[in-house]
Amino acid sequence: MAIDAPALELAPHLYAVGREKIREYARAVGETNPLHLDLAAARAAGHPDLVAPPMFAVVYCAAAIEQALFHPELAIDFEMLLHSGQEFVWGPLVHAGDEITTSVTLADVSERIGMTFYVLQSLSRNQRGELVCSGRWSEVVRPRP
Amino acid sequence: MTGPLQPGEQLPALVVTPDRYASVRYAGASGDFNPIHIDDEFARAVGLPGRILHGLYTMALLARAQTDALGGPAHLKTLTVQFRGVALAEHEIAIESLVKEVDGARILVSATARQQGKAVIRGASVELEA
Repeated sequence: MAIDAPALELAPHLYAVGREKIREYARAVGETNPLHLDLAAARAAGHPDLVAPPMFAVVYCAAAIEQALFHPELAIDFEMLLHSGQEFVWGPLVHAGDEITTSVTLADVSERIGMTFYVLQSLSRNQRGELVCSGRWSEVVRPRP
Repeated sequence: MTGPLQPGEQLPALVVTPDRYASVRYAGASGDFNPIHIDDEFARAVGLPGRILHGLYTMALLARAQTDALGGPAHLKTLTVQFRGVALAEHEIAIESLVKEVDGARILVSATARQQGKAVIRGASVELEA
């Protein structure tokens, strides 16, 4: 059943996208596209700098999402927390040098068979105000055995 | 790709065997240091078979299968997944992607990440732009 989602005071989080962080992330997930790794190739393709892989959204959203999940008002039992689902909708590409501001809201809370379900909504905009990514993060807290 | 995609067509499969330290590198790259991903002893103590790969790592492989197939990151518009099971390092993960619908430049794909016969991500919904 749906329960009232507490209104959380959450500050937007600014993330400065670094070239080496893009390379580190790209290598960690096995990207081989030179747009993520080779500056000359990215520039030759018309990009101002290295291109972040779409799933790099988890990196620039991380601090804003953690702020929500660790909010004292929710008192989430982290050892019982599972990430159950994820949606991302992408806008313009993110490049090294961009500054991305992410705002997170608690969109939904519900309880079923002893488990609590949280849905967080994230909106990430670049320094030009363009929406580069919106995310829906579904989390489940299982009861302790 | 040769010619426009058609419904019913499979995108090229992506098959990856993450090495022993894949989840350690991903923890560093993503900032997610949950011990279930980097500490075998902790993972077993909470009932897992050992340290597991991050769900978002597997989702990144699934995303890469799409962007590699279409020719770059700008083609991926939407990705929705449910995490259904745990995946382990040193075992093959196969991403399969089936074109469901083509409407002009808009391509809808259903994708699965499978390991040892089990779906880790099933019925992922992908929207691509040609």
